[in-house]
Amino acid sequence: MAKRELLLGDEAVALAALHSGISGAYAYPGTPSTELFEFIERQQKKYSVHAKWSANEKVAYEEALGMSYAGKRTIVSMKHVGLNVAADPFMNSGVTGVNGGMVVFIADDPGMHSSQNEQDSRYYAHFNLIPCLEPANQQEAYDMTRLGLELSEEHKVPVMIRVTTRLAHSRADVVTAEPKAQNGIKKVPRGGSFTLLPVNARQLYKKVTEKQPTLKKLAEDSPYNELVLEGKDNKVGIISTGIAHNYVREALGGTIDVPHLRISHYPVPMEKVRQLVDAVDEVRIVEEGAPYVEEMLRGIVAPAGKLIRGKLDGFLPRTGELTPTVVANAMELNPEKRWGATIDPLPKRPPALCPGCPHIDTYKAINEATSAYAQPTVTSDIGCYTLGFYPPLNAIETCVDMGASISMASGAVHAGLFPVLCTIGDSTFAHSGMTGLLGAVRENNNMVVMILDNGTVAMTGTQETMATGDELVNLVKGLGVHPEHVRLMDPLAKNHEASVQLIREEIEYEGLSVIISRRACIQMKRR
Amino acid sequence: MKYDIVLAGVGGQGILTIAYLLDNAAVNKGLRFKQAEVHGMAQRGGAVYSHMRISDEEIISDLIPEGRADMILSVEPLEVQRYLAFLAPEGVVVSNNQTFVNIPDYPDEEAVIDAVLALPNAVLFNARAIAMAHKAPRAQNVATVGAATPFLPFSVEDFEPIIRGLFEKKGEKVVETNLAVLRDAHNAGMFYKKLLDLGVANSTIYCLVRKLVVTSYNPELAPAFAEVLKATPEKATAYLCALEEPVSCDQELVQKLS
Ligand SMILES: Cc1ncc(C[n+]2csc(CCOP(=O)(O)OP(=O)(O)O)c2C)c(N)n1
Ligand code: SF4
Repeated sequence: MAKRELLLGDEAVALAALHSGISGAYAYPGTPSTELFEFIERQQKKYSVHAKWSANEKVAYEEALGMSYAGKRTIVSMKHVGLNVAADPFMNSGVTGVNGGMVVFIADDPGMHSSQNEQDSRYYAHFNLIPCLEPANQQEAYDMTRLGLELSEEHKVPVMIRVTTRLAHSRADVVTAEPKAQNGIKKVPRGGSFTLLPVNARQLYKKVTEKQPTLKKLAEDSPYNELVLEGKDNKVGIISTGIAHNYVREALGGTIDVPHLRISHYPVPMEKVRQLVDAVDEVRIVEEGAPYVEEMLRGIVAPAGKLIRGKLDGFLPRTGELTPTVVANAMELNPEKRWGATIDPLPKRPPALCPGCPHIDTYKAINEATSAYAQPTVTSDIGCYTLGFYPPLNAIETCVDMGASISMASGAVHAGLFPVLCTIGDSTFAHSGMTGLLGAVRENNNMVVMILDNGTVAMTGTQETMATGDELVNLVKGLGVHPEHVRLMDPLAKNHEASVQLIREEIEYEGLSVIISRRACIQMKRR
Repeated sequence: MKYDIVLAGVGGQGILTIAYLLDNAAVNKGLRFKQAEVHGMAQRGGAVYSHMRISDEEIISDLIPEGRADMILSVEPLEVQRYLAFLAPEGVVVSNNQTFVNIPDYPDEEAVIDAVLALPNAVLFNARAIAMAHKAPRAQNVATVGAATPFLPFSVEDFEPIIRGLFEKKGEKVVETNLAVLRDAHNAGMFYKKLLDLGVANSTIYCLVRKLVVTSYNPELAPAFAEVLKATPEKATAYLCALEEPVSCDQELVQKLS
């Protein structure tokens, strides 16, 4: 029976996946995608699905692919930059295709609310020649996920669901449909369709290209790509994608009274785009993320006699998130604004480490231990500990991608810097720090790797971590770090002097040291 | 009917609990709603907000356009400043008066309060005092909802089943405490609203309400207070400023002020 539920966009996708009969969900946390897996994790008993966090996105993707290989349905979820980590299996699964339906859920973060960049995952779907569905609201998130799993299983391709922060983290009521049973085991027969040796891969890739007209036709006919050619006049037409469609409607007071095309099912429905462009003199393109459709439309030789407006000509801002206000401003449709801040300058209130956080004591010790040197280098990584960048700590100087702290430190050592330290969290270390450390061990790089073991994945909401405590010590030793230079530190104010001394000793040791600074995250304790 | 609210606060202050109460009130009344939240990085003691949209028709955008919010509901007075561009010309501000100072450049606290009072439709209340009067420091979010209720398309009764559902597991006493906080805060908001409606200057109202016992706000006495506050504002404020202990909101006080 149809039911009404109050769901975040992420949760609507999760529930749809459960209702579509998935047998397993795979993920590594990352804002704004995390709530999808957390929802499934809470319901795993009820729906008897496998749901356990993976070590990183590549692992998650491959685990999901294995589930699909066996014939069962699955969903894998991650934030946009997670797909960079999973790009290898992602691109190659484009060639193998899938067996049981597989949806790849990607949450983009335009505006960088909690991210290092604002890459637009539609390019990845395009690159990999797979369909991408981009819901505009919570109901569509539910409906399109169900559609996505059907499409995937029928056409044997992974299907991407792309959302952006606002939909991921906005709650509304969703009407759900009848749940579907899980698939039984129906393994891919032996014979090479998942063995990408060149002989097989060449044939498979040809098949992928041959599938394209079908996938294009599906998008061309999709109800989610709605073309309306009637309008009050034929001067201006609008193309809006995903959630940006809502902002256009909101700015225009509910209904779009000019010819328009809404795109939410990719590949881009070229025929519908052509029809719209033919019908008007000026096309305005409003998309959340990169100017993806816009660039296609402009091409190298823009359509003759047509004015194209979007993010590339300054009609809309090139960076940042769209909002109803940004769109209304571009269209010169502003409601009256009477109020504004009267406290000037209005101080910012950036996120900060919690009072009592173990990372604070670690950084205080690092700062003092390195103060004796003229040019210390402290690379870092992504997690709560990145907040050590802000004053008064000012403790770190890099944060690029997960695991980069260790490998960048190695490069800096090769270049001749001294002393070189790096800080990395326990989850980030398990995600992609281990391989960098293995390389540093091989060369015995003269640097100090500080693993900040707070026992949890704190930044994204205290999820379970892969290796903590003694397991982590063993892991580090197992990678070959000299046991005498795998040291433990207890980051508490009362131990400050001892911590400083410990870090100094390891800086002065000529070779690779790992200091594990271990104290539980106070938020985890509260739970 | 549509009602758009920007909820403001600092990460960790629990604005999602407030959003939960409002969401459910909307759903119970058969209204539609959308509520955009902020998760992740911004939660660690940073500025956080939520856009709540309630309507009996389709709600298109998850985000409220600037210049359209019917209310800014803030659990911290400085945070009001960050979202004023969203406020509609006739919109109201309902804010807790307790500052949360976790940044080195926090402005002068009096200036922060004065900036709120300078707005024509602004209500300040003390969530902490109301919650503490019932020995329930965690009930500040419920107090915030209570103070906003006089302006919302909801009544105190609409929130009762939701609060009951939320605290039932913790026992009847916790439920009753939260309901009492809700009612007291509602009276505080209603008393303030009536004085505003009757044309009393906001700074004068604030001078009065902060001297009152927080469990004693009596909206029915608002006309009597309005009369004296408008007739002899200087005298009334001088009397109030000299008070060292909170006084009860009653007829006797009206007499003393005139
Ligand atoms: C590839 C990638 N995946 C996920 C994230 C999101 N993310 C940022 S920090 C973090 C976890 C940090 O955990 P940990 O290293 O244990 O540090 P803590 O926050 O506990 O201090 C995650 C999952 C990301 N930025 N990039
Ligand atoms: S959540 Fe935990 S790790 Fe993150 S700042 Fe707070 S105490 Fe530190």
